Amino acid sequence: MRPSPSRLLNILVPVKRAVDYAVKIRVNSSQTGVDLNVKHSMNPFDEIAVEEAVRLREKHKSSITSIQAFTIGPPKSVETLRTALAMGADSAVHVELPESAPAPEPLGVAKALRAWIEKQKEAGEGKGVDIVILGKQSIDDDLGQTGQMLAGLLGWGQATYASKVELDTEKKEAKVLREIDGGSEEVKVKLPLIVTTDLRLNEPRYASLPNIMKAKKKPVEKLKPEDLGVDLTPVMETLKVTEPPKRVGGGKVESVDELVAKLKEHGFTAV
Amino acid sequence: MLSRRLFTSRRVFSTLNSVRDSDVAHFAKILSPSSVLSTLPPVSTPRDELDIYNTDWMGKYRGKSTTVLKPKSTQEVSEIVSWCHDKHIPIVPQGGNTGLVGGSVPLKDEVILSLSNMSNVRSFDPVSGILVADAGCILQSLTDYVAPYDHIMPLDLGAKGSCQIGGNVSTNAGGLRLLRYGSLHGSVLGLEVVLPDGTILDQLTSLRKDNTGYDLKQLFIGAEGTLGVITGVSILTPPAPQASNNVILALPTFDNVVPLFKTVKRQLSEILSAFEFIDRTAYDLAVKHGQGRALSDEDVEGAQCFVLVETSGGRREHDEEKLANLLESLLEVDKPLINTGVLAQNPAQFSSLWALREGVTEAVSKEGKAYKYDISVPAATFKQVVDTTREHLRSKGLLHEDAVKHVLGYGHVGDGNLHLNIVAKGYTPEIQAALEPFVYEIVARHRGSVSAEHGIGAMKTHALPYSKTDVSIALMKRIKELFDPRGIMNPGKVLE
Ligand SMILES: Cc1cc2nc3c(=O)[nH]c(=O)nc-3n(C[C@H](O)[C@H](O)[C@H](O)COP(=O)(O)OP(=O)(O)OC[C@H]3O[C@@H](n4cnc5c(N)ncnc54)[C@H](O)[C@@H]3O)c2cc1C
Repeated sequence: MRPSPSRLLNILVPVKRAVDYAVKIRVNSSQTGVDLNVKHSMNPFDEIAVEEAVRLREKHKSSITSIQAFTIGPPKSVETLRTALAMGADSAVHVELPESAPAPEPLGVAKALRAWIEKQKEAGEGKGVDIVILGKQSIDDDLGQTGQMLAGLLGWGQATYASKVELDTEKKEAKVLREIDGGSEEVKVKLPLIVTTDLRLNEPRYASLPNIMKAKKKPVEKLKPEDLGVDLTPVMETLKVTEPPKRVGGGKVESVDELVAKLKEHGFTAV
Repeated sequence: MLSRRLFTSRRVFSTLNSVRDSDVAHFAKILSPSSVLSTLPPVSTPRDELDIYNTDWMGKYRGKSTTVLKPKSTQEVSEIVSWCHDKHIPIVPQGGNTGLVGGSVPLKDEVILSLSNMSNVRSFDPVSGILVADAGCILQSLTDYVAPYDHIMPLDLGAKGSCQIGGNVSTNAGGLRLLRYGSLHGSVLGLEVVLPDGTILDQLTSLRKDNTGYDLKQLFIGAEGTLGVITGVSILTPPAPQASNNVILALPTFDNVVPLFKTVKRQLSEILSAFEFIDRTAYDLAVKHGQGRALSDEDVEGAQCFVLVETSGGRREHDEEKLANLLESLLEVDKPLINTGVLAQNPAQFSSLWALREGVTEAVSKEGKAYKYDISVPAATFKQVVDTTREHLRSKGLLHEDAVKHVLGYGHVGDGNLHLNIVAKGYTPEIQAALEPFVYEIVARHRGSVSAEHGIGAMKTHALPYSKTDVSIALMKRIKELFDPRGIMNPGKVLE
């Protein structure tokens, strides 16, 4: 039996191009941020979000009509979208910023996402976004607020720090296991829904060559912030970025006595 | 065979002495307390503390040394060696003890001279890329040392976290970057060596060009500690590539490996930095033992073997375009050489794909006891060699859960180097007899080498004639005699 049209779901996956986590970051000479002339890749939590969306479709097959990746960023961010498309997203949206534009903040991003989601709803029957899956935070600024702000702006339910997502497409609800301090918590949330991903949710797949080729032909819609009626100028001002103090190297001791003497010298005493 | 080896070792050791209490007392006098481990008085270290030095990485060879010395300077090495020279005490130089041919552990109770306390970088010139380091520096730590200067070590191998540069030079280790940066015979510029009588040979020059007679340092590269103890290494490090990529390709049949290599070499030319082959059994074992994230079932379906291709170059856009063009053309031709493949999307996936290849060695050792043959044969014969060996073991009734569990192959296609591994439940004389000289005869038929990169050690001394002529072996013996007339340096290794 084919599911009735009202139960078909659309998933939106916002992704961000970030300095790769394997890069040893360095503060730039003007102390306004870090050197960005290094390897970038998709924010790892967003990669988990794309993977989860693709897995949900593998499980629920045609009940999930579309997976759309969404990014805001400079021209090169399109590479990040191609990765999402190669992993299994069907289409993508690129809100393009000039190369030199400052990185938008969570509130700006959440507003842009809301605008896009509303636009989709207006576009007509069957286009509306039902689930947004996004990273719990981006590893470059570590702000960790976008998902929550978006839920607030839309008035949708949210299940943050997800380590397991079970979707019931009939009942239009999801059971989500959340990572919390000292354990996990299970919540049941009605759709439409915002999920933010935690590390243990899944392990993202490799992009296979045929899928990479196919991804090149998938549609990427290009927009400007104005098209969404949002202003992405940051409201926070960064005064100065500095390196943490250098770690001083340790030394080796020859004997326990020497160790004890050294400890005493540095003010440690037996309890 | 076993008895012949016993005989050999008797002959080699007949003029040599075991360490005595008085020797230990002497070592304790000239070295700092943390540098002497000995079960003998006056030091009396518990025996089990010496186990890790007496046992090789595979757990296949076990020595009975009573004494491990860990000098902190070339001078101390020289004093130890000259004492041993006077007393006719044999020495096994030991680096990270990751060697795979039993060369780094004693055959009997030789003194183990560990270089692990000599681990300082002496100098690095970021302009020329010349690094001078103590022999005991761990390969990984040297890689880390030169990284901030945008340089890399010219060699890389699975054991990088434990093996030492002195051990690498002594085994002339090949590894994963040989295709790109050549062998240590080219990149090592100079060595400091303590000769078997304690004399320090200082050839630690940092010259790219030096044609002044015999190039003595070359003799120590790959000598496996039989000619002296390497204490310092001067080595040329290449600039770090600005961009690296890798992909694993799944092939429907082994027959496509060589044609694929040709295509890849032609299209990637200067950015090709590795072309590694893993057969299906090796891949499955790596996955089973958690070495890197597996490809999806769909991607591995119908694959008889896999190839890992790595590119490194100076400009990311340029390299990516070249690689993308290659991959597209591989998929789009009428009769594709590959089924499919996966392309790393970020450094984490890059490492994970490498782990599938590099982790085979470790996976094999977790699966059982490995008979490792590291041979040079024409790349086109890799599969045939593996299959012939498997069939031979089957015909001897040895291919089952309680004897040989797997026969597998992986290796460096670009260098014609196959790692033929036989994974058994345990080491037994029957399996040994079925494999040798069988494997060596295959190698000889292809005019190959019985040891492409791991060396001869204790494992292959008897197999040397399959790769080297009598004239060569005779000359090697005379060289050994010249450097080490008392035969104290790693006796019974390389030469019988
Ligand atoms: C997981 C794994 C992967 C490997 N991959 C490769 C590979 O890809 N390519 C390859 O070529 N090899 C490979 N090897 C084997 C390789 O030979 C060793 O890992 C390495 O080069 C040996 O270094 P080591 O410091 O551990 O030396 P050891 O094992 O300690 O010694 C090896 C030999 O060198 C001698 N020696 C050591 N240090 C000195 C010294 N300072 N002076 C004189 N003699 C010395 C020893 O007496 C011994 O004969 C691998 C091994 C492992 C365990």
